[in-house]
Amino acid sequence: MALLSKKDTNLILDPLADNNPITIQVLGICSALAITAELKASVVMSISVLFVMGIGNVVISLLRNLIPSKIRIIVQLIVIAALVIIVDQVLKAFAYELSKTLSVFVGLIITNCIIMGRFEAFALGNGPWRSFLDGIGNAFGYAVILIMVGFLRELLGSGTLFGVPVLGDPIAKTGLYAFGYENNGFMIIPPAALIVVGVLIWIQRAQNKSLIEEA
Amino acid sequence: MLEHLELFFKSIFIDNMVFAVFLGMCSYLAVSKKVATAVGLGAAVIFVLTVTVPLNWLLDQYILQEGALTWLGPEFADYDLSFLSFILFIATIATMVQLVEIVVEKFSPALYNSLGIFLPLIAVNCAILGGSLFMQAREISSFALALNYGFSSGIGWFLAILAIAAIREKIRYSAVPGPLRGLGITFIITGLMGIGFQSFGGMLTGDNEPPAAEEVVKTISPVDIKELTQDAAEIEKDQEAKETNKDLVLNP
Repeated sequence: MALLSKKDTNLILDPLADNNPITIQVLGICSALAITAELKASVVMSISVLFVMGIGNVVISLLRNLIPSKIRIIVQLIVIAALVIIVDQVLKAFAYELSKTLSVFVGLIITNCIIMGRFEAFALGNGPWRSFLDGIGNAFGYAVILIMVGFLRELLGSGTLFGVPVLGDPIAKTGLYAFGYENNGFMIIPPAALIVVGVLIWIQRAQNKSLIEEA
Repeated sequence: MLEHLELFFKSIFIDNMVFAVFLGMCSYLAVSKKVATAVGLGAAVIFVLTVTVPLNWLLDQYILQEGALTWLGPEFADYDLSFLSFILFIATIATMVQLVEIVVEKFSPALYNSLGIFLPLIAVNCAILGGSLFMQAREISSFALALNYGFSSGIGWFLAILAIAAIREKIRYSAVPGPLRGLGITFIITGLMGIGFQSFGGMLTGDNEPPAAEEVVKTISPVDIKELTQDAAEIEKDQEAKETNKDLVLNP
């Protein structure tokens, strides 16, 4: 017996490209953009969202027949908030500096629309195993964009990746800097994240014409 | 008073919810196709932020902070419940939104019809929770300041969504490249607006200097200095003239 049927595989693969939560469904942008100036923060944020979405989707899916539909939003928020508190405490214990950088954005995973969106659209109507796959699929879709943006912004803005200089030393003028290359300080400021995501959307839709919006 | 004014302008322009910290982007992008709906959502955000930020400030001061439980008795003095703040803040916001919805529906059906559909959306708007979390992180010191912070952040968000909605209504008549149409161009415009808003950053930097120093700098313009020096020179001349006169008188 295959662990993943074809349908299940699609649950994971779809959100990576053609149904990406950020570039197509426009969800979860709130917490995604502000922390992508560094690759490390992007990766940690992605892992946190992966954890919250995987577990959260399973919990909601298990509870789906017990939750009265009128108060389901509050129940969902409480489940997410409990998971996010775990993430926050773990970060504070093992990566204190990073949790300072992420500051309130860890807390804002709670209101990350991807999570609520998947709870509403999928976990409330499907079994735990499929909900789990859907959760991690969407979290990977989120992670792909976050890491791409983080990679571009850190590489072009600071010339480093994970804090390690990869293009040479800008002060001693070694590596690329010897040829007159300069870091683009523009990539570090927050609005650059929006422009990078805008360009990613542009590239994706130019590749797949069916995604182009009506005027 | 100065403190309030400063926080007010700072929250609207410098730390704008949308352009500086990207809060509430989901509904910002989803509900900004028409100005009328954008105004409705913006007004609802102002309202909910003004209510929830001070409320969460009270919770933070009297329940969550380290030592905040002292009012229950001295044995509670070293409890630190701040790890519970996420769950308590979001529960407050979700219940407040429900409560507001019920109250508005009961007492003002007209307002309910214009705001009502947006209220459930707001519970999961990052700007609302973000307002409370930033209030906690920045250690806003009084209830009145928290109220001010909630209100002015709401206005900042309102201005942002109003601006983008107006631009999106206009951009429909422009020839945007196909793949960039809709979402893509909105992202890029928001980015450009964010860069514009960054220029407000220099607006309030003089808060560490005493205000008197600034006034002095303002009153001495180059013209004044010239006049002053001229006057001084004339006085010196007069005095010299008098002294020489005295000398003349004394030594004929």
